[in-house]
Amino acid sequence: MVPDFRQDYFSLFGLPRAYRVDAGKLDRAYHAMQGQVHPDRHAHLAESERRLSMQWATQVNEAYRTLKTPLLRAHYLLRLAGAETDHESNTAMPPAFLMEQMEWREAVAEARAAGDHHELEKLMQRLKRHGDGLRAEIERDLDANKDYPAAADALRRLMFIEKLEHEIEDALEALES
Amino acid sequence: MALLQISEPGLSAAPHQHRLAVGIDLGTTNSLVATVRNGIAVVLNDEVGRSLLPSIVRYKADDRVDVGYAAQGAQALDPRNTIVSAKRFMGRGLKDVAHIESMPYDFLDAEGMVRLRTVAGVRSPVEVSAEILKVLRSRAEASLGGELTGAVITVPAYFDDAQRQATKDAARLAGINVLRLLNEPTAAAIAYGLDNASEGVYAVFDLGGGTFDISILKLSRGVFEVLATNGDAALGGDDFDQRVYCWILDDAKITFPSIEDTRRLLLKAREAKEMLTGHDEAPIHAELSTGQAVDLTLKIDTFAEMTRTLISKTLGPTRKALRDAGLTVDDIKGVVMVGGATRMPQVQRAVAEYFKQEPLTNLDPDKVVALGAAMQANVLAGNRAGADDWLLLDVIPLSLGLETMGGLTEKVIPRNSTIPIAKAQEFTTFKDGQTAMSFHVVQGERELVADCRSLAKFELRGIPPMVAGAARIRVTFQVDADGLLSVSAREMTSGVEASITVKPSYGLTDDEIAGMLKESIEHVGDDVQARNLREQQVEAERLVEAVEAALAADGRLLRAGERADIEEEIAALRKRIAGSDHRAIKAGIDSLNAATQDFAARRMDQGVKRALTGQKIVEFKL
Repeated sequence: MVPDFRQDYFSLFGLPRAYRVDAGKLDRAYHAMQGQVHPDRHAHLAESERRLSMQWATQVNEAYRTLKTPLLRAHYLLRLAGAETDHESNTAMPPAFLMEQMEWREAVAEARAAGDHHELEKLMQRLKRHGDGLRAEIERDLDANKDYPAAADALRRLMFIEKLEHEIEDALEALES
Repeated sequence: MALLQISEPGLSAAPHQHRLAVGIDLGTTNSLVATVRNGIAVVLNDEVGRSLLPSIVRYKADDRVDVGYAAQGAQALDPRNTIVSAKRFMGRGLKDVAHIESMPYDFLDAEGMVRLRTVAGVRSPVEVSAEILKVLRSRAEASLGGELTGAVITVPAYFDDAQRQATKDAARLAGINVLRLLNEPTAAAIAYGLDNASEGVYAVFDLGGGTFDISILKLSRGVFEVLATNGDAALGGDDFDQRVYCWILDDAKITFPSIEDTRRLLLKAREAKEMLTGHDEAPIHAELSTGQAVDLTLKIDTFAEMTRTLISKTLGPTRKALRDAGLTVDDIKGVVMVGGATRMPQVQRAVAEYFKQEPLTNLDPDKVVALGAAMQANVLAGNRAGADDWLLLDVIPLSLGLETMGGLTEKVIPRNSTIPIAKAQEFTTFKDGQTAMSFHVVQGERELVADCRSLAKFELRGIPPMVAGAARIRVTFQVDADGLLSVSAREMTSGVEASITVKPSYGLTDDEIAGMLKESIEHVGDDVQARNLREQQVEAERLVEAVEAALAADGRLLRAGERADIEEEIAALRKRIAGSDHRAIKAGIDSLNAATQDFAARRMDQGVKRALTGQKIVEFKL
């Protein structure tokens, strides 16, 4: 038996359905919820309760991760609004953006090949600033303007940026070991 | 009045009843057992007052087994049958074990996990560990005066699924009910955090006899949240001994030492290492079986030089853990040192230098893990009121994935995900009329399957014939609170479903474990039937007690008829407990479990609602 989540993740944590999330409130609600459902709270109880507890705790972890991570939260809000990004198939991006992407990618590849730790860190900082800008855009689109297509577009760009960030992280890790 | 009956799910309806629960630190070098007595965690000593049990097992020709100090003395006399550091072999194949050339054992490579040929027969590392656990269990039962309800057993945070499963199997062989497998650094954090009422982000640096863990934890209002963990499951104090041993061979020009001499010199190496904590040099004297006398002096600088690379091997994982947590050293409020090997001054210096602060060493690094485990066991057994319990949120140390085309891994659950966690991935057939699909489950960070740990291979059959790409096969990974994985696969299309659940296997099948269990019982002259009966009775009594506590706390969630049904099931199970048919008791357990499912769901709903309202009250106060 799988727990029935009649509520969405926002109501599960007693939060307003919006991109902007009070991180402290989210953390407190998450801890309060796990305090009730976590398997450690049910370890001495009947097997039926232990199994249910694991299922609930699994769902609460998933809900928390979704709301905690800006990218996932934006996706989730678009899904709730019935305006999914269809990010797997929809890869049509403006040429200027793709060009920029290629330049980023080359810069990362060069720094990686040269073993330039410092340059990689610098690229990372620039990407992070870029990502912050996109996240602010997404917030405006979702919360103030309710412009879902615009939010979906910004979100697709953010996915590219975060993917690049992961590549830099991998490069940094490879340099260290 | 029912409305006023405030009862947390963790609160027992019979608070006077104290369940006997212990924490066990099953270490590479030493093992310990601890419990909470009158609210205070204490390590339980043996009959002569010693708290450590050396993790050494000696198998003898007369079928007897020596464990601990009794076996320790025989290391150099009977090295082949005296197993030390068995933890290093848990869930490991022959090719995974380092320094195998200087180990005196008669290894047998078996699928998944290595075996050892001893004078008493072939033994798996799981059985060796079970011998250690059995001694700790009887120590605890003698000391507490009763049968144990259960135990929390600690494992290195960086242990993979196979190593965790092996540990749990060892407990099962030793007749211990495992309440939880708990990560060692997390256990240490409980002991530390609750002692110091700390808040903030802490690093736990745990260098034991054979394993290294680094965990980054956030402590806030009674919640211990692991942000990231990393480590090296084959790095510890043993490796420092190994370096000194090689230096001795080199300096004393010893070639091809006998296995007895190897063991003798490794012991000398360890003594020298321990002496260098507090001294500038250590003498090494030994007489070999060849008559050669070894007479050397190891200076602390030489020791530091030869072990420098080992220490730097701890810093890579430390950096990775910090990066995964999204933090820098400046965010770390304190560094907790755990494990005997952190006593070495050069380890403490390296940690202080890296974190730019002196590490915390005020709890005994040998005992802190067992103490934390005991505190957690006390909570899990239901001995505390729910309201003031702390909460642990731990993570999975290594990514879990599936093999895809070309021997590449596709990650399904990334490392450092908070557990429990479940993830599903969909696959499809690539040939027309394909009716079966095989899956290979792996764990690790590397891109190539060959570089990851293989956990299980299984096949899903009975897929209805369709054109290529039409079938939808959903593979679900579920990791429970012990960090153990189960995988299921299911074909989702047009009414036809096939599903399979695999337990990752590393070489010990359920049948093998059952066989070992049977053998070990017969060995001590016990009756298998009697043991089965006793086990089912204990399990049934535990369940009846749990259900009655639930009825007392939340009986109002049931309609009269529903309550009567459950009570009838309890009465029926009680009758079976009094009988002598263990299969009937098992059936009764299953039946009572099934009867309480809806009740359990309502209790859980109530808890969820309570969390929400509790949250609103907090908001209100602010």
